[in-house]
Amino acid sequence: MDVIVNGERRTVAPGSTVGDVVRSLTGARSGVAAAVNDEVVPKGGWDDTPVAENDRVDVLTAVQGG
Amino acid sequence: MSAETTEAAGAAGTAQDPRRAADPLVIAGRRFGSRLITGTGGAPSMSVLEEALIASGTELTTVAMRRVAPGTQGSVWDVLQRNGIAPLPNTAGCFTAAEAVRTARLGREALETDWVKLEVVADERTLLPDPVELLDAAERLVDEGFTVLPYTSDDPVLARRLEQLGCAAVMPLAAPIGSGLGIRNPHNIELIVEQASVPVIIDAGIGTASEAAQAMELGCDAVLLATAVTRAQDPVLMAGAMRDAVRAGRAARLAGRIPVRRHAHASSPPAEHP
Repeated sequence: MDVIVNGERRTVAPGSTVGDVVRSLTGARSGVAAAVNDEVVPKGGWDDTPVAENDRVDVLTAVQGG
Repeated sequence: MSAETTEAAGAAGTAQDPRRAADPLVIAGRRFGSRLITGTGGAPSMSVLEEALIASGTELTTVAMRRVAPGTQGSVWDVLQRNGIAPLPNTAGCFTAAEAVRTARLGREALETDWVKLEVVADERTLLPDPVELLDAAERLVDEGFTVLPYTSDDPVLARRLEQLGCAAVMPLAAPIGSGLGIRNPHNIELIVEQASVPVIIDAGIGTASEAAQAMELGCDAVLLATAVTRAQDPVLMAGAMRDAVRAGRAARLAGRIPVRRHAHASSPPAEHP
């Protein structure tokens, strides 16, 4: 199953959740936010939210700026 | 002079000065001992940034939200957490209200704060605020329960509109972001200060310590700066200079400066010559 993770197409296992995608990018939980198709998914719901074919998953963190 | 008197009369704004302790910066009911808010962009390394933040005495610091780059070691979030500095996520890089609202929501989720430095700029060349998008975004974020600190132009009318929408502060620019041009229109800043009933925080364009002091002397409640420190030849030294400048400027504002006179006014009694 293909999803778009931070702008790049990637193949993930069927049944993958937002939590799986986040953990594939970073071990951090604190300071990280995730959105699927521009809707924020609260941390508490990461592992209960499956991703679907062609979903856009964005995983963001705080960086130096401003 | 006793040690106590020396302290009270000494450098404006030493932590021991009781008048300073009673003069916190209050934004949306939250109190800060420091009136210097720092940004984090442009530092040569994370360790220099950390030293500079500590030297600045800041208690509130802006960060940007960006996509996670795999394998990144050490984050600005860790630096803020271990130094007890509150994060102020911004919406830097947003050109529309819709983008800014989305970014603000991500910042709230990531950093567990509903405070946001709202930044909606018109174009890459000037990075000046887009007033139409800014007002739209501010209204939506206030409605969603955010504590909104908008980066705005030095337009007193726009500042008033932002305050009327429910923003917790207004943050007019001194000059364009990163320019170090200093306060280009002190008169407008004074007008904004006169009318505002929320804190006025000068944001962007400060180049050196005297300009930070000037902002405070004009009556601003705080100064927000990043580049002036992070891109200084010695960021840590400049961070300390800014801390002192903001304290000195605040003390001078509270002390009340003398009127400007066109002619000399003797400070000694008239001489009596025999």
